[in-house]
Amino acid sequence: MNHSTIKKPSKLVFSEVWALLKENFSNYAMYVALAAIFILFNITTNGNFLTGRNITNLVNQTGYVAVMAVGMTLVLIIQQIDLSVGCAAGFFGACAALLMRNGMPAGLTILLVLIGGLIGGLCQGFIIGKIGVPAFVTTLAFNFIFRGMLSLVTEATGTIPVTNEFFNEISNGFLPSIFTVAGKHGSTIIIGALIIFILIISQVRERKDTIRYNFKVSSLPIFIVKLLFFSAIIGSLSYVLSSYNGISWTILIVAIVVIIYSFMMDRTKIGRYIYGVGGNREAAALAGVNVKSIVIFSFASMGLMASLGGILFTSRLQSATPTAGIGFELDVIASCFIGGVSTTGGIGRIINSIIGAFVIVSLTNGLNLMGVGISYQYIIKGIIFIIAVAVDVISRGSRAI
Amino acid sequence: MNDIILEMRNITKTFPGVKALDNVNFKVKRGEIHCLVGENGAGKSTLMKILAGIYPYGSYTGDILLNGEIQRFTGIRDSENAGIAIINQELALIPELSVYENIFFGHEIMKGRLIDKNQTIISATEVLKKVKLDVNPVMKVRDLPIGKQQLVEIAKTLSRNANIIILDEPTSSLTEQESQNLLQLLKKLKADGATLIMISHRLKEVVAIADTITVLRDGVTICSMDSTQKRINELEIIKHMVGRNIENIYPKSDERGFGDIYFEVRDWTAIDLKNNRKVLDKVNISVREGEIVGIAGLMGAGRTELALSIFGNTPGYKIESGELLLEGKKVKFKSPMNALRQGFAYVTEDRKRNGLVLIQDIKFNITISNLDSVINGKFARVVKVINENEEIIVANQYKEKLGIRAPSIKQKVLNLSGGNQQKVSVAKSLFTNPKLMILDEPTRGIDVGAKFEMYNLMRDMVSQGVSIIMISSELSELIGMCDRIYVMSDGQITGEVRRDEFSEQRIMQLATNIKEDRSCESFNYQEAI
Repeated sequence: MNHSTIKKPSKLVFSEVWALLKENFSNYAMYVALAAIFILFNITTNGNFLTGRNITNLVNQTGYVAVMAVGMTLVLIIQQIDLSVGCAAGFFGACAALLMRNGMPAGLTILLVLIGGLIGGLCQGFIIGKIGVPAFVTTLAFNFIFRGMLSLVTEATGTIPVTNEFFNEISNGFLPSIFTVAGKHGSTIIIGALIIFILIISQVRERKDTIRYNFKVSSLPIFIVKLLFFSAIIGSLSYVLSSYNGISWTILIVAIVVIIYSFMMDRTKIGRYIYGVGGNREAAALAGVNVKSIVIFSFASMGLMASLGGILFTSRLQSATPTAGIGFELDVIASCFIGGVSTTGGIGRIINSIIGAFVIVSLTNGLNLMGVGISYQYIIKGIIFIIAVAVDVISRGSRAI
Repeated sequence: MNDIILEMRNITKTFPGVKALDNVNFKVKRGEIHCLVGENGAGKSTLMKILAGIYPYGSYTGDILLNGEIQRFTGIRDSENAGIAIINQELALIPELSVYENIFFGHEIMKGRLIDKNQTIISATEVLKKVKLDVNPVMKVRDLPIGKQQLVEIAKTLSRNANIIILDEPTSSLTEQESQNLLQLLKKLKADGATLIMISHRLKEVVAIADTITVLRDGVTICSMDSTQKRINELEIIKHMVGRNIENIYPKSDERGFGDIYFEVRDWTAIDLKNNRKVLDKVNISVREGEIVGIAGLMGAGRTELALSIFGNTPGYKIESGELLLEGKKVKFKSPMNALRQGFAYVTEDRKRNGLVLIQDIKFNITISNLDSVINGKFARVVKVINENEEIIVANQYKEKLGIRAPSIKQKVLNLSGGNQQKVSVAKSLFTNPKLMILDEPTRGIDVGAKFEMYNLMRDMVSQGVSIIMISSELSELIGMCDRIYVMSDGQITGEVRRDEFSEQRIMQLATNIKEDRSCESFNYQEAI
């Protein structure tokens, strides 16, 4: 890039921005899409969309889709799919409701249900990884099985109401406020500030590290703009949330899941192996990766996330219904693809899938606020889904080789 | 008999980085059997693919003249319409369809808007007679042995009135008996007026059947020999195939003594689960500490299968018998992971297919086989957290050491040249600190400079006591680098050549060897009928 040094500084920055955007188009596209959706809905609903109340509602609504999208990201990265997650969530949610109605304490119930989900996922992973039945078939079969089991457990009573307050708090409650600042929820403001602080510190450290190894880094102004951009998002989100009830438990749960999974995928050996298996299964095998156990692991984690999704959903409705969970898998898979998980595997980030989940749920939420009928909602979702993946495929295609 | 039906004039074809064909001239007389021979990578298949329109007009330079007229094939349809048909090594039949459906696939006989099944079967029966194949045309192709499938392919081309038929290694997967039948059939087709072009590695067959033999080497036509007047001898063909000077790019070995036998393979036999063929038949090889042992052989001889099966990776076939001895002790690798732990490393011949994760960066690919060594700290060991800084240091060391040319180790491997990709692939293996390296075609598709670096690296490694098994199709490279060479043919070791007996002719002779005793393979021939 010697020739660029003779250009004027302003041009230099511009060309860098352009290169950065081009390079990371698929990474940023969904943020842009999300922002566009937010702005559009805020206009069409006369400002009702971007209120603390609605955003809180939106986030809580996204919770169950988001955690399942995290699990699904792994599954899609290794070039598999899980169609059973919807009914699995429904079934395990119903299990939780049933256990608590029979007097089991909420904590133990949650633990048992999560273990149940893990075992369900392990079974599927074993059938897919060890025996070699295609994931599409296996998980479709488990979709039937979970659906059948869901109607079995709800058969006698129909909808099972949940009266356990602790359990219902999970999807409806908020972190205590501690104090209020100018009518705002105090702890939320502090947490928001804390996150921004951690973000800046970690980004600066990483940048220093990169410089130490003599690697190319983005120029300082762009780095600052990037930091400001993300800080602004977090800042305004916590501001908006603090003007209502603050941070909900769901947000906290999703955040913990995202942090753990992001760390696993970016920093640990197993994450490496997952990307390796997804990027080139045969190469990974020859590099000494036990491909079968990676497959089993991914499905087990998916099972765990499906049962967590079931818990969040049941808690949100404060009851388990005989039809709960049916069709969730579609929202979950769509979230991941909108979030830029490659349809051919090997590429995908946890945080982007979460953004994808927000896009999907925002659509539902916004269209509801606008009073658009459910039939049209599906059609619009379908169209957006196709466009999102098409844009992703095209942008990748042009970059390949 | 002397008129030229087909002429390919000054054909040049380049692939990114490689000149596959360089001004090749190729003339075929009407009604002859013309054999095209040459080492792997000499450009035979490329030339035939141009002729068949698989590489369309415009992707090469030069002219194809059919009956004196210039042809511009934009696809395989065009060449078919001109009467040229190609039968590839990998058959293009649809196993689940019947024989007659396959024969007329793409050229269905119609009655109105529907396929005329009865007429198709009648026509198919006629063509099958021409190829002397006595099977029920409604049988599924899947149920036929491979030799008969080959005949179905030929019947298919005849049904399209092809008068020039190209056969790419038609006998490579056939038993001896099947091969003989096929050659007889080719002679009959010639008598019926067809012109046949055959690519073959089996020189015995070439000598037996050819009217003209053209030799290609490194993308250049070496000679065209008329075999009708004077019988050409196999050795003469071999001489033309390999007759090049060994370039002086092989670093001298330091004439050290070797250590004890480090690794030994005994009576290693593997069976292809798909067709029950023996891919490896009682293979015995050994390698001493600090020794470079070569494995020569033609494509399909079983060299890669041998390497992969040693390494614990046997998709689609199973080890029937045999054992591996590491420093005299029996070992067994259930998976590549176990092999890696014992100090084995395998560098694949096909880095894009099973060597590299192309969408990931250099760093990712170098460290993936040995992530444990870039994990430090108590907590990190438990949760297996990779120390990225450590990783960057390692990756940069190998980038430097092997001279990987890339702006940074965060470059995606996809965007590297072939030679640099190969270096990443080798770096990955080196990073596991191997005691035995199996290098499968380590210099395939890389330029001379990168080759030289690869050779130096190999010398480096053996001087540190690493043992190397080197598989290569380039004889000059094997002779330049190895201390001993095993030659494989049809899954068997047909010879072991010591350094003082090295000669390309000797190796080629062993590699083209056809064992007469192949009775074990004609197993399902009878069954299937």
